[in-house]
Amino acid sequence: MQTATKIEEYLKELEDSLGNDFQRKILDTFAVAYRTGRANAFAGMDVKGLIDEIAEAKDYSLARMDALYEEFKQKAEAMGVKVHMAKTAFEANEIIARIARENGCTKAIKSKSMTAEETHLNHHLEEQGMEVTESDLGEWIIQLRHEGPSHMVMPAIHLSRHQVADLFSDVTKQKQDSDIQKLVKVARRELRRKYVEADMGISGGNFAIAETGTIGLVTNEGNARLATTLPRVHVALVGLEKLTPTLHDALRVLKALPRNATGQQITSYVTWITGPNECKSAPDNTKIMHVVFLDNGRRALAKDHDFSQVLRCIRCGACANVCPVYRLVGGHKYGHVYIGAIGLIMTYFFHGRDKAKFLVQNCVNCGACKEVCAAGIDLPRLIKEIHARIQDEEGHPIQSKLLGLVLKNRALFHALLKNMRWAQKPFAEREGQFIRHLPTVFMKGQDFRKLPTLAPKAFREMWDQIRPKVENASLKVALFSGCVQDFVYPEHMVDAVKVIARRGGVALDYPMKQSCCGLPVVMMGEKEAAKEVARQNITAMDPADYDYIITLCASCASHLKHGYPKLLEDDKALAAKVGQFADKVIDFSSFVHDVLGLDASAFNRSGEKVGYHAPCHLCRGLEVREAPRANIDLAGEYVATDEEEVCCGFGGSYSMKFPAVSRTLLAKKIANLEAGGVSSVVTDCPGCVMQIKGGMATQGKPIKVRHIAELMAERLK
Amino acid sequence: MQKELVDLFTQKAQAVSAIVKPVGSLKEAYAYAADICLNKDACQLLMSGCGEAVSDAAADLCAAKSADRIIAAPQFEGKRLKELKAACDKAGITLLTEGMRGQLAGIDVGFAVADLGLAETGTLVVDSSSAEVRLSTMISEINVVVLPLSKLRKGSYDAEDELSAIIRQAPSYMAFITGASRTADIERVLAIGVHGPLELHILLWEDS
Repeated sequence: MQTATKIEEYLKELEDSLGNDFQRKILDTFAVAYRTGRANAFAGMDVKGLIDEIAEAKDYSLARMDALYEEFKQKAEAMGVKVHMAKTAFEANEIIARIARENGCTKAIKSKSMTAEETHLNHHLEEQGMEVTESDLGEWIIQLRHEGPSHMVMPAIHLSRHQVADLFSDVTKQKQDSDIQKLVKVARRELRRKYVEADMGISGGNFAIAETGTIGLVTNEGNARLATTLPRVHVALVGLEKLTPTLHDALRVLKALPRNATGQQITSYVTWITGPNECKSAPDNTKIMHVVFLDNGRRALAKDHDFSQVLRCIRCGACANVCPVYRLVGGHKYGHVYIGAIGLIMTYFFHGRDKAKFLVQNCVNCGACKEVCAAGIDLPRLIKEIHARIQDEEGHPIQSKLLGLVLKNRALFHALLKNMRWAQKPFAEREGQFIRHLPTVFMKGQDFRKLPTLAPKAFREMWDQIRPKVENASLKVALFSGCVQDFVYPEHMVDAVKVIARRGGVALDYPMKQSCCGLPVVMMGEKEAAKEVARQNITAMDPADYDYIITLCASCASHLKHGYPKLLEDDKALAAKVGQFADKVIDFSSFVHDVLGLDASAFNRSGEKVGYHAPCHLCRGLEVREAPRANIDLAGEYVATDEEEVCCGFGGSYSMKFPAVSRTLLAKKIANLEAGGVSSVVTDCPGCVMQIKGGMATQGKPIKVRHIAELMAERLK
Repeated sequence: MQKELVDLFTQKAQAVSAIVKPVGSLKEAYAYAADICLNKDACQLLMSGCGEAVSDAAADLCAAKSADRIIAAPQFEGKRLKELKAACDKAGITLLTEGMRGQLAGIDVGFAVADLGLAETGTLVVDSSSAEVRLSTMISEINVVVLPLSKLRKGSYDAEDELSAIIRQAPSYMAFITGASRTADIERVLAIGVHGPLELHILLWEDS
């Protein structure tokens, strides 16, 4: 649960979570095991095709939510089920409390339902004097501890066997061993009794099939079967987005849900309940069955052209499984009720701005969630959109507003950067490579990695001297430097020019009116400034003039290619140019490998063992994976290291805002590289270079950190 | 083709710890169930929590167990029931076809025949519209299910018409069962038999 009222409180909570060694260890193990488990479960399947189909089918259902509700209601009521529509969480809880009163129910047994967590149903029923028992083992454990879930599928993943043993000792008044198998059996016996006593069973619903009025439930423990069988009353609380036209839709989701959630091909039990079934404890031997559909903002959300995709979510929890931040801080600090990337978004829509405003800032924008989402939800972008919305609603902080203003004016921005060269002098180390220290107001928590100084000369100031003279060019290429490689690491650009010039026939241009790509302001929630900067860049580099637009920065590349078209989708006048521009953007590694086709003959290959850090925005943002590794192997010996595709923790302004998380991600990155026995590491993004190089320098590690262009230029024949 | 399906089903079911055996006839299946029931560790109920330090109220459930050895087969009637009964009688096992609510402390073996099998996931489809079937397949410690091979399909899409027919017989309660009841809710450590059966035995019956 997210309850911090100030960002400082939230940061403190994050620090505390980072100190939770047990949680850190179990989430680490899970994150690594999950990748293999998921890959095995989907082996031989067209995963992308399946995800696209799910997204399309969900969108189709969401657009027909009201009609599907009517169809379900008509089918189910014809069989004797009572179907309710609850506009709000309170209304849903009230309807269920009323059903209990009308049927004289005092004890409820529940199977797992995130929707019931959303409405805080247990709390409501308990206030009315009912006894409610969760029957899913994890849910029962957190219920007994008066906690919320820390994961959508494994709600008690934050707890150790010892904590569970202590808890069960309290519950049973018997001393419990911390043997997990024994603890599970204790729960089995204790809960069996609760099923026997219960007069109401409450379930959620993974599917609500309109054509047959069927509720589908996906469980491993089988608790939903007992909870919907033994008590005389069954109430299913289901989000409206679970309505689906046909059985086929449900079977399709079922192909993805268990595989994506836990790497299982299917769960132990899938239960399909159609109408009030035989129930020997009920009058007339027939179950009293109610289905309560929850709106709570879903009907309005379904109509939002961009955010409706949030409702595609099938609650698999995969976005948390792969999130590097979740892995460090755990679910209680990474969501309110709903957890993980989707949780950050749902918190805003279902539990409000106050609960969401710090959470949505805590996204490093690595795109790992988007890549695994079973419903193809563009999670990182939506998180940034909400961040921007909240700033529009509550006012923009002065820093981000200022940055937005400055970035919109390229001349001013570049003049400021040039001036900073002089201003930084007193703070620079003697060799001038790193900033020695900054006044503490800038440096709080930032000392985990050294920050580079601005270069004495920006790339744009060198361009005229280094520009290669090319005759009979067969390719016309524009260079997009981005701010970091223009002002901090111009040497990356210079080396890239050398490598590209090696093949000959490539006319290079560096359009002077280019500016920052605008991603930093997206990260800070300044959407209007981001749009303005995008327009300026597209105007500065007319795509019709070039065959390719190359950038050495993975983040710029992914933002130019995928961010711009989305950002400017309403700008009709620019639409064609935006599309052309995006089509021509290519990253340095792909250009060298796929377009120029540079091979071994161009390099003096060394025996140096070189590791690779895959920038988030290259491996996932642009899905470029082969080219950089092949390029490394032309110049040295590429050595694979663990978790190459996990974020280094930079994330632009993220590392400034959440230094403790950034520091920990960086420490893991460095540890993995060290363990891999490499003497140097290269990457495709100046942000990652800045982070990893700064970390190595602070820790005094001998591993050399370079951009891939530097390595290639060094070994060029 | 059929062999490939059987192999796939077997491999997938075994991957979730189900025990898969071929049987030549239903009679052989009855004998298997009786044998399993008889040779089941006399104290296997311990596995379901009897020996653990449970609360007094939960411990009371032990007293509710009515007979020494029980097989429950609520789907059975007529000739099949007679044959199954004969197998049980011979082994001194009590056979129940109803009254599962009186046995909530647990029964030894639940015995059922599946309506369909889905090879891709090693799944059994059991029409559980009868409350007795729902319970016997859940409260049994060992769930023995016969899968007639004529009912084996590749995946859920291939069986879609038949699945649809089951849920259209309203009211209906259709169960997909894949392996035994499991949880990994404590430290992600797999534990079998949290609420339902501790073991699933699948008997592949060459019925055609």
